[in-house]
Amino acid sequence: MKKNSLKAWLYLLPAILFLGCFMVYPLVDVLVYSLEEGYNSASQSYYGVGLYNFSYVLRDPYFLQAVKNTFLLVIITVPLSTGIALLISLGLNAIKPLRGFFQTVYFLPYVTNTLAVGLVFMILFKKTAYTDGLVNLMLHFFGAGTVDFIDGPYWAKMFVLCFYTIWVVMPFKILILTSALASVNPEYYSAARMDGANSRRIFRKITLPMISPMIFYLVITGFIGAFKAYSDAVALFGTDLNAAGMNTIVGYVYDMLYGNSGGYPSFASAAALILFAIVLTITCINLLISNKRVHY
Amino acid sequence: MKVVLRNLTKKFPSRNKKGEEVIAVNNFDFEIPDGKLIGLLGPSGCGKSTTLNLISGLEAPTKGQIFFGDDDVTRLPPENRGVGLVFQNYALYPHLTVLENIMFPLGNLKGKDKMSKQDMQKKAIEAARLVQIEQLLERRPGNMSGGQQQRVAIARALVKRPRVLLLDEPLSNLDARLRLQTREEIRRIQQETGITTIFVTHDQDEAMSISDMIVVMKAGVVQQIGPPQEVYDDPVNLFVATFLGTPLINVFDASVSGGRLVIGSDRVLPVPGAKDGKIIAAIRPEGFILDRDGPFGLKLSRVEVMGRDTSVVSTHPDCRSPFVRSIIPSRKDFRSDGGLVRFSLVPEKVHLFDPESEKRVPFETGGTVQ
Repeated sequence: MKKNSLKAWLYLLPAILFLGCFMVYPLVDVLVYSLEEGYNSASQSYYGVGLYNFSYVLRDPYFLQAVKNTFLLVIITVPLSTGIALLISLGLNAIKPLRGFFQTVYFLPYVTNTLAVGLVFMILFKKTAYTDGLVNLMLHFFGAGTVDFIDGPYWAKMFVLCFYTIWVVMPFKILILTSALASVNPEYYSAARMDGANSRRIFRKITLPMISPMIFYLVITGFIGAFKAYSDAVALFGTDLNAAGMNTIVGYVYDMLYGNSGGYPSFASAAALILFAIVLTITCINLLISNKRVHY
Repeated sequence: MKVVLRNLTKKFPSRNKKGEEVIAVNNFDFEIPDGKLIGLLGPSGCGKSTTLNLISGLEAPTKGQIFFGDDDVTRLPPENRGVGLVFQNYALYPHLTVLENIMFPLGNLKGKDKMSKQDMQKKAIEAARLVQIEQLLERRPGNMSGGQQQRVAIARALVKRPRVLLLDEPLSNLDARLRLQTREEIRRIQQETGITTIFVTHDQDEAMSISDMIVVMKAGVVQQIGPPQEVYDDPVNLFVATFLGTPLINVFDASVSGGRLVIGSDRVLPVPGAKDGKIIAAIRPEGFILDRDGPFGLKLSRVEVMGRDTSVVSTHPDCRSPFVRSIIPSRKDFRSDGGLVRFSLVPEKVHLFDPESEKRVPFETGGTVQ
């Protein structure tokens, strides 16, 4: 018996070692940093233990801006991207010819480099000395004035960021939803058709509940992914996000560590823990709602 | 409601390279009388389910017409035909409770047929009572046994009072004991409602035991239609004879000579009216009578006692299957000492078939063995 448990530990060792080094230790470390007041990374010293880091971060206007940006991004992109992905998947499911072609086209953004896509969006939206960008040309065509989407008003920048995020996350959602739709047993549709259900009722009463676990999965991962947004903002607005007013929470954490104003691991840790608390709360709420609405 | 099929044909486009069409249903032309329970019987791939789908409207025929009573429903979509269909795997919506499942068809009614929720519930409970599941209304299909799911599916098909009820392999997903119970149940429900019911099965026991009429099919072609006993007693061809009956009918390569059926070297039965020459003789297991002086000698290999009767398993070189099975009333004095057993035959239980066409060759059954 004893020998067996020794063997078991031996088998577990690689996983424990890796998880311990790269997951548990950093997590604990973050917690420790966040509670150490005035920590100095050069001298490895601090002068107190308490919640000062949290209160500082929560009062930092840059952080509040980042929270606002992140929440806006989450609230706008998660429902929109999931909804649009569902519509496209339904469309893909309904057509026969060229389905493979369209599936490939819709999946392309997934395998495209984020920064390359950011560059493309720059060309579409950025106003330079030579051109106002493709989108502005189109706006002109409809008689609207020039909008600077990259350096202009807040709503314009937010629009571009959301647009970009939706475009980037869509392929994965379409992939998941098309396979979910395909996995619904066609007998249910036959049965519903026999019973005289119209397509709207079939969608509402059969399709939607049947794929609800997958939609739920996408919403949860979508929330978490959007809360962790950072590289999208960088791709569009460059690295100085605070100056652009487009920082996200993760961006704020990064800036606190390595940015121009960086070198404050304690503040970064506190911000990271606040983000963690937010994500945990939202996910719990999601789970509670899903108990009623999701059918496994 | 009488169901009439006229020259009904369904072809499917080919899936192989040669481009041959598959004819799943070939020129069906028969009438199903009102208020009867009809079994479509045949081996897998014979077009039974396609026939059902054609009647339900889930598939459109290539040719021919379908009438319910005097209405031509050939071009009607399934929801306007007034049919209830029970799928082989029941197709109960897993996320809805039993009550919601049964109510689902009612919720689709529009216009003047639209019902209030109370009425829908009342109707659904009525249907549930008919199939005796009223105590399970709040359950979900996932937590129910196959037999219970089956009942829910039948209730859902019945709740709209269909003109025709269709059941696709209703018993194939149930275990043996439940199968017996459920087939009685289907019979009872059919008789209580009086709805013309058509069910598909590959199990001849099932079809024979509850149907008023069976339709035996093979490779998209109707072989024989009639009351089960009639089809059993008077099979039109070798296929029907071998398809019906357990244990299987015993098939011998035999010949007729001088008005007598000859199997091996035994002149086993006078068959007046049959022409001389090669012939296929099929003998029902119950057609053998143990008879010390009988004309038909078989090499005994074993005896299986089944209580009510005894199954004598023997061999004969001209039998198409390795063993000849005969069922005789059980008797204590039967000795299985190996060697030969002798039988005489019941003429009504012997069927002759043409070796080329495998069609039935009639003979007069009045004679006795001399």
